[in-house]
Amino acid sequence: MNEHFKAPPIPATLPRESATFDAYTMSEIRRAAATGIYDIRGAGAKRKVPHFDDLLFLGASISRYPLEGYREKCGTDVVLGTRFAKKPIELKTPVTIAGMSFGSLSGPAKEALGRGASAMGTSTTTGDGGMTQEERGHSKTLVYQYLPSRYGMNPDDIRKADAIEVVVGQGAKPGGGGMLLGQKISKRVAQMRNLPEGIDQRSACRHPDWTGPDDLEIKIEELREITDWEKPIYVKVGAARPYYDTALAVKAGADVVVVDGMQGGTAATQEVFIEHVGIPTLAAIRNAVRALQDLGMHRKVQLIVSGGIRNGADVAKALALGADAVAIGTAALIALGDNDPALDEEYRALGSRAGAYDDWHEGRDPAGITTQDPELMKRLDPVKAGRRLANFLAVMTLEAQTIARACGKSHVHNLEPEDLVALTIEAAAMAQVPIAGTDWVPGLTGRF
Amino acid sequence: MNANVESHAIDLAGSSVRELNSALHALKEGSNASLWRIANPRGLHAIAAGVDAPVTVEIDGPVGYYCGGMNKQATIIVRGSAGVGVGENMMSGLIHVEGDASQAAGATAHGGTLVIEGNAAARCGISMKGVDIVVKGSVGHMSAFMAQSGSMVVFGDAGEALGDSIYEARLYVRGSVASLGADCIEKEMRDEHRQELFERFKSAGVNGQIDPSEFKRYGSGRTLYHFHVDNASAY
Repeated sequence: MNEHFKAPPIPATLPRESATFDAYTMSEIRRAAATGIYDIRGAGAKRKVPHFDDLLFLGASISRYPLEGYREKCGTDVVLGTRFAKKPIELKTPVTIAGMSFGSLSGPAKEALGRGASAMGTSTTTGDGGMTQEERGHSKTLVYQYLPSRYGMNPDDIRKADAIEVVVGQGAKPGGGGMLLGQKISKRVAQMRNLPEGIDQRSACRHPDWTGPDDLEIKIEELREITDWEKPIYVKVGAARPYYDTALAVKAGADVVVVDGMQGGTAATQEVFIEHVGIPTLAAIRNAVRALQDLGMHRKVQLIVSGGIRNGADVAKALALGADAVAIGTAALIALGDNDPALDEEYRALGSRAGAYDDWHEGRDPAGITTQDPELMKRLDPVKAGRRLANFLAVMTLEAQTIARACGKSHVHNLEPEDLVALTIEAAAMAQVPIAGTDWVPGLTGRF
Repeated sequence: MNANVESHAIDLAGSSVRELNSALHALKEGSNASLWRIANPRGLHAIAAGVDAPVTVEIDGPVGYYCGGMNKQATIIVRGSAGVGVGENMMSGLIHVEGDASQAAGATAHGGTLVIEGNAAARCGISMKGVDIVVKGSVGHMSAFMAQSGSMVVFGDAGEALGDSIYEARLYVRGSVASLGADCIEKEMRDEHRQELFERFKSAGVNGQIDPSEFKRYGSGRTLYHFHVDNASAY
């Protein structure tokens, strides 16, 4: 061998991280190995799932006339509870505020939600902790949740409410109960829930006094009797089997059905639950609507959709697929100031960062929203935060109107599936609209 | 309907539950209509639900689900058996069932007294929040599940998993307990508890007829009050 020959260097491969064992997955394995208990967090599913971004509106063209923006009217009002309630709810925008408990949220945060929603003529919703003066006092229209725990449930508050929402489940955890860790069970929260102060509280996942659709019908009858048939009764389910759940809720006598997809937030539950149970919002709407249509009840029993609604386009798409209204939770908290980049340093001190903070259960929220710490909650000015929420609701409503006018509709409820196309096969199959540029709707041939 | 007379008789064979409840809800403080006799309840649901007045409602026969639901102030006497959730979420007053009660009697009730002469089925006192329950017979499985506060006195036996995940409610059982639920333990019977039993006997009309020392007390072991890996099997 020639002594001057030098073997060429062997090309080295780059270090490669596993797609299966990615950095987040490995960090979770290490966390589990160190603690021996599952991870608990707030918010909804963070994984990417088919969503409204995968849909587009077609807009008007030669065959459809658009409406003039700024001049031609495009209605956004919605009436909820027209089936049985003597006093249905009338809202000026189809964007409502989803149920979030006092306990998980601070008093000022609940007040801000009430202020923002009332300024825009829409409703707020209590949560798993009873009705507070902050919220009743500042919400023109308040929906009172009827939950398995029945914390703070009493006939006086139920009569003060404008509607009752029987909560069967929520999108973040269909089949799961509530959870509020000791850090947030302050004296006031403990008192409202009849619990010892500072304990880790688990709420039941099933209602204590009814099981199944036949019992639910009798339960709804009782609630109507107690409130003299005045108030609309909603039934809220986590998106899992939306066709059957919607049909059964209608059969049980609901005025309104609320379907919450897996992107819908929670105050606290197991990470594994949030990411692996339930179906995306997009996959739930058409099946819920089909159940209403099959029963001849579409638009007679109203459908509210929630879980990952972020802007007016999402609102318009949900309505076009057949919903009567939407509900926002996480987006409303962001409007109040949750996960604000200005607080990045403080989020980092908690081991997170602005935009990723989800330890809502720990009660140390520097934004003063998901906390019961008197010092932290002082940071949230309910008047200013309420104004931000009102602005955000106004923008969502204007955006939905803009799209509806572009599609030639004089009311946002006139949007229809025919106005939509999908960008992906998955979204097309879930929304049951064609892939853009084709007339192919995957999955329409078979029932599921 | 004239609300200024002493007693009313309503026959549910002819009137609806809606008419009855509507009349009961219309009662104001100081009304003279203090006694309501209800005939032919025939297992109808939500009879006398949501009453908020110091009246007495006597129901002559068996009732269906949620009789006296969310009751405030009223005394409701059921001369028969009661269906699911009798006195659910009651706030105050007295509900007296002369027969047996079905599941979830007194569920989530915040106050008042619920007396059941016969047996109560499963989940009696589930999630109770301050009510005092006296069952002169036995209670079924999962009774006092997640019971938060108040008391439950059982003259007979208790079924499986009594007091599962109980918080601060106090349970007294004279007979046998098939099994205790997660974090429910037998506790020492002190004078204050014997005193409480006396009070309960009084409200159940058996004052002096029963010896408190025949009862055992059960309550929370408080081991599940904070999440801990060693309790993982209980979650």
